Amino acid sequence: MRFGPHRIVRFALGSALLIVVGLLVPGWLLNQLMFGFARGLAVLGLLVLFRAGLVSLGAALYFGLGAYSIALLQRGAGIDDAIVLVLLASTISTVVGFVLGFLLKRYRGIFFAMMNLALSMILYGAVVKNRTLGSTDGFSIAQPRFFGMLFTDPSHVKLALFSLLVVVVAGAMYFVQIYLNSTLGWIGAAIRDKEIRVEYLGYSAERAIHIKYTISACLGGLGGAFLALTLGQVDPDSMLNWVVSGELLFVLIFSGTASILAPFIGSFLFELLRTYALELTPIAWQFIIGGTLVLLILFAPNGVWSIFELMTSRKRT
Amino acid sequence: MDTAITVVLDGLVFSSYLFIVSFGLTIIFGVMGILNLAHGGFYTWGAYTAAFLIGAAANAGWPDWIGFPIIFVSAALVGVFLGLGLQLGILRFLRHRDESLVMLGTFGILLMLEDAIMMVFGTDPYFAYQPMAYLGHVEIGGIARDRYSLSMVIVAGVVALAGWLILKGTRYGKLLSTVIYSHETAQAVGIDVSKFYMGTFVLGAAAGALGGAYIAPTTSVVPGLGMEVIVMSFAVVVIGGLGSIPGALAGSLLIGLVRAIAVHEFPSYELFVVFVVMALVLTFRREGLFAPNKIRTI
Repeated sequence: MRFGPHRIVRFALGSALLIVVGLLVPGWLLNQLMFGFARGLAVLGLLVLFRAGLVSLGAALYFGLGAYSIALLQRGAGIDDAIVLVLLASTISTVVGFVLGFLLKRYRGIFFAMMNLALSMILYGAVVKNRTLGSTDGFSIAQPRFFGMLFTDPSHVKLALFSLLVVVVAGAMYFVQIYLNSTLGWIGAAIRDKEIRVEYLGYSAERAIHIKYTISACLGGLGGAFLALTLGQVDPDSMLNWVVSGELLFVLIFSGTASILAPFIGSFLFELLRTYALELTPIAWQFIIGGTLVLLILFAPNGVWSIFELMTSRKRT
Repeated sequence: MDTAITVVLDGLVFSSYLFIVSFGLTIIFGVMGILNLAHGGFYTWGAYTAAFLIGAAANAGWPDWIGFPIIFVSAALVGVFLGLGLQLGILRFLRHRDESLVMLGTFGILLMLEDAIMMVFGTDPYFAYQPMAYLGHVEIGGIARDRYSLSMVIVAGVVALAGWLILKGTRYGKLLSTVIYSHETAQAVGIDVSKFYMGTFVLGAAAGALGGAYIAPTTSVVPGLGMEVIVMSFAVVVIGGLGSIPGALAGSLLIGLVRAIAVHEFPSYELFVVFVVMALVLTFRREGLFAPNKIRTI
């Protein structure tokens, strides 16, 4: 059994280790880790699609949906338990992804990217001009409870949230790994190569894409939910605009798509890069980010992960 | 009746301006197969170059009409310098890469171009109202409208006609059609494909810049100007069918009119309405209105 008990133990040990790391690192680094992991969840969703050759320019739809679900559930329905909020937010984006999947499973290539762009911009266009949803400014989220407990110290809240995030990340990685190693997961690579051959083998490419799309919606919603909880606010331009989708794709390419660990390491490195670039030159940080992307695509199209792998393989020989 | 006239005129003006930008986007896709996200960068650069030069000309005491040649010169400058520079420096090396990877590369270029604007021109807004003031107003249907905006319809018409005539009536146009049909075949019969790629990219970039340069006198030129326009022009070219000039024309008319109706009937939801239309068109015509039929290969 490749995914037997010992693997669960490994994931649990890894999570415990990460939570200990969270205890030890200074607050600003913990923030970077949380932003990185939250975005990493959405990037993992994009990875699932990318393995089937699909690139979405509308990932912000589910990212924003997750974030705004949290904010609205808390404000409108008065739910304030972090775990319940995250569960509900991911359910909402999964359901929306499943429903829209019936439409999107028919699209490929640029048209898949563009249809997603259109759908995400519909939501952006609705939110940005809606006063009750906070228009362009967004609105803030109150501190969540954990198992009914309300922490008074903000650093405890952060740590509790981080622990929850780590558990979700470990769970997501575990299930995505099982999925990607299943027949249905491997069909992604076949669809990428030649879809019609998949059909000849007796599998439905559209159904496989529908499942992938739903998984990616669920992960995108989770990512947005955690980003909203970490930031303590939601706003359309950093969660819903099409540039956010571009950024998430950027992180996917930056990280590389070879391993399911890559999105999380890549997102964290991206957060650091962004913070340092912003500190270095407030007016040219996008220039640095964009330049990095161009250089990566030119010289290391398989992402930071490939540089990492290159280094370890050299050591071995 | 007056409202109808206003909606149609507003729609036409906005369509024209969208068409100029989308024309560049669609020919770049048609010839090179690149969905150029950096197009918004060309647009912003065109707007800034024009606003800067018009302002400088006004300070030097030159007459107001000089703004018109400046607008076209700015577009050409951006097309030649930025377009050629990016094609030779970056995109040339991405020719055989996956289309989605190239699209992401142009996203990186977009981020760079947006910040380069602030590094070169600073963060203060620029104003270049002289050409608009020079043309004055005309009364249509009892409402005073500025002639400058209406002149955009003429410019768009000239761009569409020129594009169509070059493609269908000249030797270059016929060679280009071969390149569009299959760049491998074109190369096999002795056409220098990379030259056509270069020319197309420069022309496309110049069209994007022209859109920005022409809009500059009607607004304050600020950073981030291109970000909203570029998604609208995606909507236009995708609705029309990527790579089709008549498609871009139909797409910009549709989007322009729909937006004008939205602005008058449900103000502030224009972005929402535009993308609803885009999603609807794509739902029923997956590859856009004017997309050529494709053969399924095994």
